[in-house]
Amino acid sequence: MIELKKVNKSFGDLNVLQDISIHFEAGKTNLIIGQSGSGKTVLLKSIIGLHEIDDGHIFYDDREFTNMDFNEKKLIRKEMGMVFQGGALFDSLTVEENVRFPLDMFSEMSEDEKRERVSFCLDRVDIKKADKLYPAEISGGMQKRVAIARAIALNPRYLFCDEPNSGLDPVTAILIDKLIQEITKEFNMTTIINTHDMNSVMEIGEKILFINKGLKAWEGCSDEIFDTENQSLNNFVFASNLFKKIKKKL
Amino acid sequence: MGFIEKIGQYMLFLNRVFSKPERGRVFFSQIIKEIYKLGVNSVGIVVIISVFMGAVISLQTAYNLINPLLPDYLVGYTTRESMILEFSSTIVGLILAGKVGSNIASEIGSMRVTEQIDALEIMGINSASYLIFPKIIAAVFINPFLYVLSVFVGITGGLLASSMTKVVSIPDYLYGVQIDFIPYYITYSLIKTLVFAFIITSVPSFYGYFVSGGALEVGKASTKAVVNSSILILLANLILTQILLK
Repeated sequence: MIELKKVNKSFGDLNVLQDISIHFEAGKTNLIIGQSGSGKTVLLKSIIGLHEIDDGHIFYDDREFTNMDFNEKKLIRKEMGMVFQGGALFDSLTVEENVRFPLDMFSEMSEDEKRERVSFCLDRVDIKKADKLYPAEISGGMQKRVAIARAIALNPRYLFCDEPNSGLDPVTAILIDKLIQEITKEFNMTTIINTHDMNSVMEIGEKILFINKGLKAWEGCSDEIFDTENQSLNNFVFASNLFKKIKKKL
Repeated sequence: MGFIEKIGQYMLFLNRVFSKPERGRVFFSQIIKEIYKLGVNSVGIVVIISVFMGAVISLQTAYNLINPLLPDYLVGYTTRESMILEFSSTIVGLILAGKVGSNIASEIGSMRVTEQIDALEIMGINSASYLIFPKIIAAVFINPFLYVLSVFVGITGGLLASSMTKVVSIPDYLYGVQIDFIPYYITYSLIKTLVFAFIITSVPSFYGYFVSGGALEVGKASTKAVVNSSILILLANLILTQILLK
């Protein structure tokens, strides 16, 4: 469980996040949605500690992250897995070495155990055949899979995904979404996904936070989106003709 | 960002770089990789530059020794002194600032803009220490060897050029190379080489680490890294010469 209480963040005079409070539950796919520039990436980076927040509190299972020093945060970070927008795989390492990297850095596993764990993670995301290839030699969708495999290598309690299906075709995007949802349930992780993809919202949005101009504008689940009276959310969700038609038919 | 602020940021950056490595075994293997990347891969360029520098110094000295009272062995003596005191440390340092510096700045800058550094941080790894500390250790370790190689190859280049053009005999040249040798000059130049190795790795790493934006900014950071590390090498050369040869 991750809880945010009145989180504020500004860059100079620009208030990017204002009084954001929410409770992200374990075992569910929690989504942060909003238009480009609404502050969702800043919020995600604030939650994981890549940005220092100006005011407010962030709790990881009742452990306050905001007041921790570097070494305390380091312990929490070892419980985090992150899938970056571009994958952020290490170019100089093969697929297998990328997944093995967190194990080499933090685990006390033997060589055999590490090999087994890497094999399990690659198998889980269905990319074992590419284990000897470098990131530049595989497709965008495969890179996302490897990034997921690396993120789950240390069996994290918290999984963060920054636009995990951006740049992917709709079929691969849905596969990646489903994979994240399955892994979340399988390992009972608290997963937070940052997206503006409406297909993801409808497919896997068990809990959704809608941010508009740095403010929490709406909170709910995918089933409630169609009935919302919130104008800014309606404008965001039904921006495309496809979703307008779906709403009419419903 | 002001000059003083930049220096402050560089100092804080170095403070992060020089922290205890996460895993000793991983750190050691990183150092070995960096020794290969920064040192072994630079042997070719150091040899080429040094052989030509040595050759040119010997020929220029020979063609300027028009006074018959000046002995021929001065060609060997001048080549040795020039290589030991200045060329093999400073000029090779400047060349490496271009080759290694741009490589480091673009490598780390690319890692920054593709979020690979963020990925390290999220894992709880001190990215500055993990990426940069091994580079500094590797360069400080390997650059003195490159210096010695450069001196040796430069003097050999001078010997080849002067003997092939017959401006001085081989025995005269070799006599000049051995005469009035002051071992402290080697110490002085090795100290300079160590300082330059630190500049060549830490300054480009700093520029690469704080890149924000995209490929264009990585290119700009790479250029800034080379220019500023070259200026710092020249400045350090002046200061160290004043302190060590006083």
